[in-house]
Amino acid sequence: MRYASPNTDGSKVQYASRYENFIGGELVAPAKGRYFENVSPVTGKVFCEIARSTEEDVERALDAAHGARVKWGKTPAAERSAMLNRIADAMEANLERLAVSESWDNGKPVRETLAADLPLAIDHFRYFAGVLRAEEGSMAELDEHTVAYHLKEPLGVVAQIIPWNFPLLMAAWKLAPALAAGNCVVLKPAEQTPATIMLFAELVADILPPGVLNVVQGFGVEAGKPLAQNRRVAKVAFTGETTTGRLIMQYASENLIPVTLELGGKSPNIFFADVMAKDDAFRQKALEGFAMFALNQGEVCTCPSRALVEASIYDDFMKLAEARTRAIEPGHPLDTDTRIGAQASNDQLEKILSYIDIGKKEGAKLRAGGERVKLPGELEGGYYVAPTIFEGENRMRIFQEEIFGPVVSVARFEGFDQAIEIANDTLYGLGAGVWTRSMHDAFRAGRAIEAGRVWTNCYHLYPAHAAFGGYKHSGVGRENHKMMLDHYQQTKNLLVSYDENPMGFF
Amino acid sequence: MAVHATDEARALIRSLIEEHGPLMFHQSGGCCDGSAPMCYPRGELKLGARDVELGEIEGCPFYMGGDQYELWKHTELTLDVVPGRGAGFSLEAPRGVRFLIRSDVCAPSSRG
Repeated sequence: MRYASPNTDGSKVQYASRYENFIGGELVAPAKGRYFENVSPVTGKVFCEIARSTEEDVERALDAAHGARVKWGKTPAAERSAMLNRIADAMEANLERLAVSESWDNGKPVRETLAADLPLAIDHFRYFAGVLRAEEGSMAELDEHTVAYHLKEPLGVVAQIIPWNFPLLMAAWKLAPALAAGNCVVLKPAEQTPATIMLFAELVADILPPGVLNVVQGFGVEAGKPLAQNRRVAKVAFTGETTTGRLIMQYASENLIPVTLELGGKSPNIFFADVMAKDDAFRQKALEGFAMFALNQGEVCTCPSRALVEASIYDDFMKLAEARTRAIEPGHPLDTDTRIGAQASNDQLEKILSYIDIGKKEGAKLRAGGERVKLPGELEGGYYVAPTIFEGENRMRIFQEEIFGPVVSVARFEGFDQAIEIANDTLYGLGAGVWTRSMHDAFRAGRAIEAGRVWTNCYHLYPAHAAFGGYKHSGVGRENHKMMLDHYQQTKNLLVSYDENPMGFF
Repeated sequence: MAVHATDEARALIRSLIEEHGPLMFHQSGGCCDGSAPMCYPRGELKLGARDVELGEIEGCPFYMGGDQYELWKHTELTLDVVPGRGAGFSLEAPRGVRFLIRSDVCAPSSRG
C-alpha cells in the first residue's frame, strides 16, 4: 500500500506551515524571528519552515531547563519511570503518523520506520523506564563508626545534538537515559530533519513537566555551537562526524564537562568460507547480511560498507551477493514495498556520487549500481542512488572513508589472520559483522576485531540492553544499555561518622 | 598532494570572509556530515600535533588529521560547493549550500 503524502487529503500527517522552538513546555518563536525552509528528500521540495534559533534561544531554553532542574531531579524514580512509559504509549498510539513523518523528512522507506525506527524508539523509553526502577547506590561499613553511602545524582542540565539519519530514534537514544537519570535536556535536532521531533514534542507536552525537555531548532553554527559551548550545561552528548566531535570535546574542555560522542565507522562485514558450506537458510541470511549496506540508504554509522569475503568462496558468493543487491531498487518511500528510499539531502547525494567517482579513479571495479537514479512523477527532484558494489583493496579511499550511502567496497582475504588484519586496518571501530558456522572462529574473530559492536551471524540489530559505541575514532561512551545512566549521573559520597567523640587532632 | 578550488567555492569563501573574517578548513571523517570539509573562523578548531596543512585557498589554510592524510596523500583535492543543508558547525550551512571535496588520483611523480 502507499501512504498518502503529508499535507494531502487523507494523509496521516498534516504539518503546520511553520514550527517554533519547544521551550518550557510551550511553542516559542525564535528571538530573531527567523526561519529556514525544510525540504523533503522524497521530492526535493520544501514542506514547512522551522525556527532558525540563535544564542538567545539557547539561553531561553537553558533558563527553562534550569528552572525545572531541581524539582525534576528530586522526582521519585517511580514517577519519572511512569512518565517515560506514558511517552512510549503516546508514541505507540501515533505510530503510523510518526513513521510517515520520519519517512518524509529523512527519505527512508516507511517500511523501515514502521518496522524499525518507531518500535525501537518506543521500546527505548520503556527500557529506561524499567531499568530506572532497579537503580540503587551502595553503602559500605568502613569501620564500626564510619559508613560510606554512594548515591547517584543527575548531572543537571545536559545538551544533546543529534543527527539526521534516524531522527526520532536518535532523539530517543539520547533523551530516554538522560531523562530517566533525572536530567533536564536541551536538544538540538539536525537541521536536515527537524520535523518529526515537533510532532513528538506536541505529544510530550502533556506528559513531562515544563522545562524538562526543550527543543531548539536551527543551524549547527548558529544554535548547536552556542549550546555546546555554554557554561550552563553539565555535559554534551553528540552523534555526528569526527571534526565536529573534536570541536565539541574542545568546547567541553573549556567548561571542564564530560562528553559522549558517536562519530561513525567503516564497519567490516566478514564472510568466512563456511557460510557457503551448505545451500540453506543460513547462507541466505549471510547474503542478506551482505546486502545490509543498503539499509537506510547506507546512512548508518555502522553501515557494513566494507565486505571482506574469503578468497575460496569469493566468486560464488559474490555472484549471489550481486544478484541480491541488484534486486534492491529505489522506489517511493511511502510505498510499503519500497526497500530503499532517498538519500537525506542534495549534498549527501553529491558526496556519495563524488566517492563513486574517486572509487573508479582509484581503479576499483564497479560491479553494480554506481549512479543516481531518476524516479518519475513527484519523485523526480528526489535524491535516489542505486545500491553500488565496488571491488578493490583496503587502502583505497572508498575502503577507508565513510561514504554514508548505499555503497559497499568488497575485498578478498586469505585465512583468519588476514581477515582480522584488514578488518582492523581502519581509523574507526564502531561496528563489525562476522559470518561463520564455527562458534570458535566467531568468538575469536569477535574478540580480535577492534570495534564496540560485533554482530555475529546477524547485522543491524539495535535492541535496548545491548551496549553500543565506538573504539578509536568512532567515539567515546556507550548507548542503549543501563550503563548509560552512569553517563548522565554523578556519584555523591556521604561519608558519615557515627562516633560522637573528637578525633584528637585539634 | 594539493588542494584546488572551483570558482564557485572561491566566491563563496570570499563572501564568508566578508561575513566572518579569516577562515580555516578541516576535512572531517566519520558519519552524517563527515567525509567533507568543515569551514570555521580561523583558530576556532584547536589544531594538534597530528594535523597536516595541505595548502591554502583564498588565504585560508586547509587542514586534515594526520591519520587521514596518510590515506589521502595519493589524491588531488578540489574544493567545490553544492546546494545543501549541512553540516556540523560549518559556516556556509545557513546559506543553503555545502562545501564538498572532489578528488583525482595524483600522477605518480606528484604523490606524497
